[in-house]
Amino acid sequence: MADITKHILIPEKWVQSYSDYLYNYTITRVNNDDLAKDLVQETFFAGLKSMKNFQGKASERTWLISILKRKIIDYYRKTNSTKGKAEVRMNFYNDGEREGEWIEERVPNSWSSDTDKGIVNEELKSILESCIDDLPEKYSMVFRMKTIQGFETEEICKELDITASNLWVIIHRARTQLRRCMEDNWFNN
Amino acid sequence: MSKFFISCDETTTICDKNQYNEATFLDKMKLMVHFIICKHCKKYSKQNTFLSKIFGNYAEEQCREQKCMSHKDKEILEEKVKEKL
Repeated sequence: MADITKHILIPEKWVQSYSDYLYNYTITRVNNDDLAKDLVQETFFAGLKSMKNFQGKASERTWLISILKRKIIDYYRKTNSTKGKAEVRMNFYNDGEREGEWIEERVPNSWSSDTDKGIVNEELKSILESCIDDLPEKYSMVFRMKTIQGFETEEICKELDITASNLWVIIHRARTQLRRCMEDNWFNN
Repeated sequence: MSKFFISCDETTTICDKNQYNEATFLDKMKLMVHFIICKHCKKYSKQNTFLSKIFGNYAEEQCREQKCMSHKDKEILEEKVKEKL
């Protein structure tokens, strides 16, 4: 009876049926074309390798996505342990009497008043993109998921295996670094 | 009482959270109290709203561009998967 609802794997059709879906899922998280393609490829390979573990409870696509998620998290962990750490630019004193207060040269500057004119502006867009890309990998990933893709906090926490307060600290650091970058490259230009 | 007096670092963290409408009522109270005594954070908050607007516009634009894999990339991938079968 269980056979009726049991899903089966047809790897010959994977690329044709799922590569766009998996690629799209990946590119919104890593924003690097080559890397996304690699991750999709790795997902298919890992799928082939562990075909015998497929129990047929979930659909083919769901199963592949769960592999891909692991791949993305692995990638995220890898970059997290190397890159990123040294790149954090601090805006606040982190010890001493003034702990938690703005460091003088990091205090928000005034922006010129005509800045809000060009919100839909190609140049602004490209500056924003390069500023997001300049963020440490982990920050840009969380920032993109939360702000650009509009994922729920809970969803991101689950996917990246972090706590909510962890997420807000990352968002906060990403945003303070971003505003600094936008300030240097756009508002005070 | 002292829990209403928070640092600039904490304030800006809450302020960022508030941009996504996820700050609690207590969080917002803390912000208000801090803004009275700190002009830097008040400015940060104001600019933050503006930045959110920019991010929002950018997000909308991104959604419109659905990204896919090219036909050629798919063919290459197809070959590789078949090799492994």
